[in-house]
Amino acid sequence: MADMKTDIRQFLSRYVKNQDIQDDEDIFSSGIVNSLFAMQLVMFLETRFNIRITNQEMNLDNFKSINSIATTVDRLLA
Amino acid sequence: MDLNPDRRGDAAELIREETKVKCVVWDLDQTIWDGILLEDKRVTLRGEVLEVIRKLDERGILQSIASKNDADAAMAKLEELGIQEYFLYPQISWGSKSEAIKNIASLININPNTIAFIDDQPFEREEVEFSLPQVRCIAAEDMNLILERADMTPRFITEDSQLRRSMYMTDRVRKEEEQHFSGTKEEFLATLNMVFGIYPAGEGDLQRAEELTLRTHQLNATGYTYSYQELDEFRKSDRHRLWVSELEDKYGTYGKIGIALVECSEEVWTLKLLLMSCRVMSRGVGSIMLNFIMNEAHKSGCKLWAEFVENSVNRMMYITYKFAGFQEVGKNGDILILENDLTSIQPFPDYVKVTCSE
Repeated sequence: MADMKTDIRQFLSRYVKNQDIQDDEDIFSSGIVNSLFAMQLVMFLETRFNIRITNQEMNLDNFKSINSIATTVDRLLA
Repeated sequence: MDLNPDRRGDAAELIREETKVKCVVWDLDQTIWDGILLEDKRVTLRGEVLEVIRKLDERGILQSIASKNDADAAMAKLEELGIQEYFLYPQISWGSKSEAIKNIASLININPNTIAFIDDQPFEREEVEFSLPQVRCIAAEDMNLILERADMTPRFITEDSQLRRSMYMTDRVRKEEEQHFSGTKEEFLATLNMVFGIYPAGEGDLQRAEELTLRTHQLNATGYTYSYQELDEFRKSDRHRLWVSELEDKYGTYGKIGIALVECSEEVWTLKLLLMSCRVMSRGVGSIMLNFIMNEAHKSGCKLWAEFVENSVNRMMYITYKFAGFQEVGKNGDILILENDLTSIQPFPDYVKVTCSE
């Protein structure tokens, strides 16, 4: 789980100005939520962790912080 | 809506438009010029080539090159002939032509089924037909027929078709600059000084709006196509709102790049169409129009629904809706109905200036 969060943080650091994102910080509050970022986040997670994020899982709440992304990925890997 | 005979003719025309050629890929030796450059440095343009290249360019059809040649010598020759500026991402190497065409499709970000390939060699055409059967292959000897082809004759030539090549050219500059930029994506976007404009469609926007409904597949939530006449009716109707968006940045304008069509009843606004040109896919502006409409619906006190029809390439639009807080509430055949409760509307990103007019 810690490794997973490091990977996710590394991905986010290529997109977001804030380079010190806390695990529970809402990454979408800065207005960065745009279709490009959302798509690239989804593509990154699917390729990196070899999962398929279904329509049911595709909700903002599942991706709003590093913690929630890690929980979502973990659930899909199970 | 009744389909009168005129409208039916129109619909047939619209379907044909979907399969129009967006990019013509040229071979060089014995196709663009007479002779073989490696054997004779003094090759000259073939008879009608210049006319064909210029006319295609005026029609907003992009052009590129797939040639087995020495790249430096061939580019120098194109420059000497004064036609270098017409070609985007020329692929000149000793690799296969089908690979060259795949590269072009991916660099321009278009589907290979919108590409036509012109070559004098039957072997090369067969190689492409085998690997990429969706590409239209044309023999160089049939060059005089190209301008007459229906799939190379757009219904309208809009301001945007005329600007198309230069927009792709400046896009290349942007991509290069982005590759050399060391900050984050967000910081890079901020350096572009983007201005995103949203305004109600006027009569002068309708040809381009029709063209966008036909040409756009990836960033298109429903894929509904509407003719000029239908869009004109929506524009005037009390029960519809039709908006157009445009984008510019420090390198120039991208032209009119988005449309949104909302059907309004007393209580519910339904987004029938939300689309944006793939040209702006990497600009981080995909949610702006949606956020704008969420704000407008909120102001009018209506519920907001959006229709979504999945195709093989528009997953990004589904993600856009879901990440903007939409939830699936129903299904009608292939049409998913999504609803946003409008309790939380994201602000516009701060790397772009948004201007809205009534």
